[in-house]
Amino acid sequence: MAEISMTVNGRKVTGTVEDRTLLVHFLRENQGLTGTHVGCDTSQCGACVVHLDGKAVKSCTMLAAQASGSQVLTIEGLAESGELHPVQAAFKEHHGLQCGFCTPGMIMAAVDMIRRHPQGLDEKTVRAELEGNICRCTGYHNIVKAVLAASEAMSGKAKAA
Amino acid sequence: MGIEGIGARVARKEDKRFLTGLGRYVDDMVVPGMKHAIFVRSPHAHAAIRSVDTKAAKAMPGVIGVLTGAELKNDGIGNLICGWMIHSKDGTPMKMGAYSALATDRVRYVGEAVAVVVAETRGQARDAAEAVEIDYEEMPAVTDAVEALEKGAPQLHPEAENNLIYDWEIGDASAVDQALDGAAHVTRMKLVNNRLVPNAMEPRAALGHYDMAEDHFTLWTTSQNPHVARLVMSAFYNVAPENKLRVIAPDVGGGFGSKIYVYPEEIVCLWASKKTGVPVKWVADRTESFLTDAHGRDHHTEVSLGFDADNRMVALKVDTIANFGGYMSLFSSCVPTYLYATLLSGQYAIPAIHCNVRAVYTNTAPVDAYRGAGRPEATYLLERTVETAARELGVSPAELRRKNFIREFPYQTPVIMNYDAGDYEASLDAAMREADYAGFPARRDEAKKRGKLRGIGMSCYIEACGIAPSQAVGSLGAGVGLWESAEVRVNAAGTIEVLTGSHSHGQGHETTFAQVVASRFGVPLEQVSIVHGDTDKVQMGMGTYGSRSGAVGASAIVKALDKVEAKAKKIAAHLLEADESDIVIENGEAKVAGTDRTLPWFQVALAAYTAHNLPEGMEPGLKEGAFYDPTNFTFPAGCYIAEVEVDPETGHTDVVQFVASDDFGNIINPLIVEGQVHGGLAQGIGQALLEGCHYDPASGQLVTASYMDYTMPRAGDLPSFQVSTTNTPCPGNPLGVKGCGEAGAIGSPPAIINAITDAIGNNDLSMPATPQKVWAAMRRNQ
Repeated sequence: MAEISMTVNGRKVTGTVEDRTLLVHFLRENQGLTGTHVGCDTSQCGACVVHLDGKAVKSCTMLAAQASGSQVLTIEGLAESGELHPVQAAFKEHHGLQCGFCTPGMIMAAVDMIRRHPQGLDEKTVRAELEGNICRCTGYHNIVKAVLAASEAMSGKAKAA
Repeated sequence: MGIEGIGARVARKEDKRFLTGLGRYVDDMVVPGMKHAIFVRSPHAHAAIRSVDTKAAKAMPGVIGVLTGAELKNDGIGNLICGWMIHSKDGTPMKMGAYSALATDRVRYVGEAVAVVVAETRGQARDAAEAVEIDYEEMPAVTDAVEALEKGAPQLHPEAENNLIYDWEIGDASAVDQALDGAAHVTRMKLVNNRLVPNAMEPRAALGHYDMAEDHFTLWTTSQNPHVARLVMSAFYNVAPENKLRVIAPDVGGGFGSKIYVYPEEIVCLWASKKTGVPVKWVADRTESFLTDAHGRDHHTEVSLGFDADNRMVALKVDTIANFGGYMSLFSSCVPTYLYATLLSGQYAIPAIHCNVRAVYTNTAPVDAYRGAGRPEATYLLERTVETAARELGVSPAELRRKNFIREFPYQTPVIMNYDAGDYEASLDAAMREADYAGFPARRDEAKKRGKLRGIGMSCYIEACGIAPSQAVGSLGAGVGLWESAEVRVNAAGTIEVLTGSHSHGQGHETTFAQVVASRFGVPLEQVSIVHGDTDKVQMGMGTYGSRSGAVGASAIVKALDKVEAKAKKIAAHLLEADESDIVIENGEAKVAGTDRTLPWFQVALAAYTAHNLPEGMEPGLKEGAFYDPTNFTFPAGCYIAEVEVDPETGHTDVVQFVASDDFGNIINPLIVEGQVHGGLAQGIGQALLEGCHYDPASGQLVTASYMDYTMPRAGDLPSFQVSTTNTPCPGNPLGVKGCGEAGAIGSPPAIINAITDAIGNNDLSMPATPQKVWAAMRRNQ
């Protein structure tokens, strides 16, 4: 068993877990943060993407113990004071989700993608960057649209600030 | 109809919970005392079970119970059923082999459940499952349906001689043969419709809870139709009587058909909960989903299409072998018959059609309806054949289609369907305009300069959805009626709840259905709530599949709204001292037409519940229910045009343009309809280019059992789509709507293959058109 502690969505948490416990299971089962999903067994689908110290990671691909001492941000912690993050808002406006299962991972991946491309994004880059996130409902059309719109909105915001 | 009513491009009401991680899927559910199940599955495609020894597993840490098929049988749990009876052409009923939720004496596909372990943790259950000792005697296996019919093939079920489930036909064989004999030209093709795995992103899951105090069962499950699940589990599987069984399908992460069926795991979790005394949760991992979700398609077909000297179609002959897998899934039998052969007329006036279908057992996972279900198979063979005929005849594929279009409605096809309305030329013209069809040669020449082979391909599909008139499907063998129900509850303060038998697993019902209600009374969308997916809350309903929720589900809501409106008008007329026929309800108030006398909607509702001043003899309350049974299918149709560029060095295909022009009748929410089309297109293009479910023919092992092996379409594989709609309203339902959920998956595969074969100049290409296959086809040219 491993004693672990980390900051999840700004809150300090601790736990005792089996060594083999994955970060995604710690989040879902120990912390009750069920917004992070498991859609495959091979780190392909990206439904489990969270941010670890500001970077997108697949939480099914690391042990909870490896994340000890880190800052973890999950989909539940993205919206601030009840207001949707610009990426969440863009997904809603552009109908970038249907069943919602891949959505948390998509959004967390998109937020990281936009952060890494402060100069802005084009469709080709967005499609290439979404390689690790599978959606079966939307055909990606509106997801791509939403990420581009959010990127634009956020760079506008950054400029204004 | 206002900014929130029918036709408005409203962002979805249900989005917030999904965007913030607060959706509630089955795997998110926790019940006190809940334990975890892992199934012990067959590693063999075909084997006799000599013995199942659970002793060692039972002694493992954390194990609460290990249960087998023998115990299941002892407890009287019934075999799985197929709910649609098909008779062979010799009059005999389909030959159905026994299908137990846990195998007892024989396994017939890799992944078939044999036993279940319930333990404190999932990890402990998994460890113990490995300790269940099953003595198998391996048997030869067959995975290909054509081979399964051959002499000497391994036999799966004693009930089905030569693995043949049925040998069915539709249409006039002699009229077709005669017309083909006299035809000026006959195009003949052999086509394979590749097997697919539906792959909803949420893996199937079930949580069964037996409450000893109430002698009552609750099942949380990933279902598209919780009421049907309850009915089947109660009436056929003897899990519990309906009044003692509650089925809840909460947020469900995609279905595409694969979550229609009642699967062994759902039955076993309920039964195991009573047996072990703890709530039992099972969640599939992705490989289990690949192994055990009902697969789709898998047809081998020979087709002949005859033309007269004027290039008019004279007859179509189709001979199909359909792979059903190791067992008959719940609706498997109707897919390659009434959902397939009845659509073979396509958009064309074909005077004579005959189709023969043989359904076959093989050592593979059961096959059932997957997005489109039968209609993609019909469209693929017809649209590949028409395009090929145009090439053989040396005429434009667009003009050959145009010449043969059905132009007068209603149109009775030779294969049961009666098309109610359509304008196929309108969608063809719209698509050709949008695709700049005329400008293609210039684009092809430009691509050639870049070393790319550019091709264009077309597909004009029709489909039948809004399944279905109960009496009609009953006469064809369906075991259930296919109506839908709704209840509209106006609360005392005027807010409205709609209880619907439809189930949303991504379709956006919480928004579109609310738009229908908001339109009727002019109340804000936020004051309308849609309740679905819980048999304790919602009256009996039939669920969501076959693009039926708009045409059938929303029609039931309209019927209930009619009744609510009629009563509300009576109340308003009484309170406003006016004649009932002068009352109009709109913009959130009742008013006397032509006057300024009004009553806010909430006061009408309140009056219904205070009941202080109601018309003489009127019952209090404002709540009405309705059951809607459609009078016909609806017939969405459209034209898709794909343009591809093939790299002659690698065989890689890029879809550089995809135009979809669909006729869905009236549209409730264009934003949502476009999303449905996009998703369908991705699945259809996936089938055409990427997705192929492959069993190793020697061992019967599923080779494509993970996302490392089965090529799911990813964002980089697809273009942005150019979608638009034309509109001939459906005359058969009150909203004039058709169905939009499956069209994309139905119409797109032949458009893609027609485009690639156009690009490479070789028509011999099967799906999925992987780079390797395309490269090989190009080499065959030389």
